[in-house]
Amino acid sequence: MKTCLVVDDSKVIRKVARHILETLSFEVAEAEDGQQALIHCEATPPDVVLLDWNMPVMSGMEFLQALGRSNVIARRPKVVFCTTENGIAHIKAAIEAGADEYVMKPFDRDTLASKLQIVGLA
Amino acid sequence: MSADPATLRFLANLLEQHSGQQMAESRLWRVETALKPLLRDRGLASLAELVTALIGRRDERLAGLVVEALLNNETSFFRDRAVFELLATDGLERMRARRADERRLTIWCAGCSTGQEAYSLAIQFAEARARWDGWRIDLLATDISRAAITQARDGLFSQFEIQRGLPVGQMLRWFEQDGAHWRVRRELAGRIRFRQHNLLDPTPFAGKADVILCRNLLLYFAAERRRAAFGRLHAAITCDGLLMLGAGETVVGQTDAFVSDPEIRGLYRPSTLQVATRAA
Repeated sequence: MKTCLVVDDSKVIRKVARHILETLSFEVAEAEDGQQALIHCEATPPDVVLLDWNMPVMSGMEFLQALGRSNVIARRPKVVFCTTENGIAHIKAAIEAGADEYVMKPFDRDTLASKLQIVGLA
Repeated sequence: MSADPATLRFLANLLEQHSGQQMAESRLWRVETALKPLLRDRGLASLAELVTALIGRRDERLAGLVVEALLNNETSFFRDRAVFELLATDGLERMRARRADERRLTIWCAGCSTGQEAYSLAIQFAEARARWDGWRIDLLATDISRAAITQARDGLFSQFEIQRGLPVGQMLRWFEQDGAHWRVRRELAGRIRFRQHNLLDPTPFAGKADVILCRNLLLYFAAERRRAAFGRLHAAITCDGLLMLGAGETVVGQTDAFVSDPEIRGLYRPSTLQVATRAA
C-alpha cells in the first residue's frame, strides 16, 4: 500500500485529505507542521508528502529545504505542494525549492488523484 | 423547487433529441441545478413553466439554451494519462512511419468539450517539435456546445480546471496567468481549430482524419445513435487510422465499424465493412 504524509496545520484539511487519500487506497499519516513532518520522514519516509505552505514552527518551504539537506532520510518522498496561493511566483518558488507537483486548495478527489498520478503514485 | 418526474423526463428527452446524449435516471437531479440560471434569466418560476413555454411557444432558441445547459461538459487535461501516453508513443509513432512521405497528419477531437484534451495533444506535439519538424499537423476539435467551444477557443481555464490532469511544469510552460484564470499561450492556441459540430451530422471537414479522439461521449448515447455515431467516425477516418475512446469505453458489442487494434491494445482501427451513418 502506498503511503502519504499529510502536512497541514488545519485539522479540517487533514481530515478531508485523509478521506480522499484513503479512497485512493493510500495509507495516511498526519503532521501539523514542517518539523513534525521532517521527524516522520526521517523515521518512516512516505511515498508522497502533501505539503501546506503556511504553517507555524516550520513552513512548507522550510521543510522542503530541510528535506533537501537531510542525509538521514533513506528515500526522498515525492512532494505535492498544497496551498491557497496561485500566484505564478509562488508556484515557481515551490517548484524551484524541490516540490514535484502543485495543487490548489480546495481540491477534489479527481484533481488530487491526477496529481498523484503525475508524480507516479496512482 | 422540486420538479415532477414527467417534467424532468421531458427535458432529458429534449437533450437526447438534439444531441444524442441520454441522461440516466440517477442523473436527473442535475436538471434542476443546471437549468436554474436559465429559469432566472427568463423569469420562469419552475421547470414546469419552462416545459410549458417550450411546448406552447415552440421556441427553438429556448430549446437550444436548455440543451446547452444540460450538456455534460466533463473533461480534463490528459484524461486517463496512460491512454494518452499510448497514443503519443505507439499510436503517433505508427502514423509517423506510415505518413513519412506526405509528412502530414489530420487529427480530429470529436466532442472536445472545453478543449482540454485537444490542448493536451497540442502540448504533446509541441514538446516533440524536433520529431515532427517539417510536418503539417492539422488539429481540429469540435463539440456540439457553443459555450464549450467558445471557452475552448478562448483557451481560458479556471484554477480548478487547469490543475486537473495538467502537470505544473506544463502549466507554467504553456499557460499564462490571467487574473484568477490561466490562458493558453498563443503558440499553443494557434495549433488547433475549434468548431461547433454535432457528431451525428456529416463530417465537419473535407478529407479524412488519420487519428480521431472521441472520448467519454458515446457512452451517453442510446445504442442505435451510438452505432450511427460510430458510422460517422468510420466515414471520417482513413482506412489505416486510429480511434481513441475513453478509458472505460470499447467498440466490442457496440459497433461493427471499428475493431480493436491488435498491435496497440486500447486503440481501435476502422473495419473494412460498409457502415450506416444514420440511426434507423
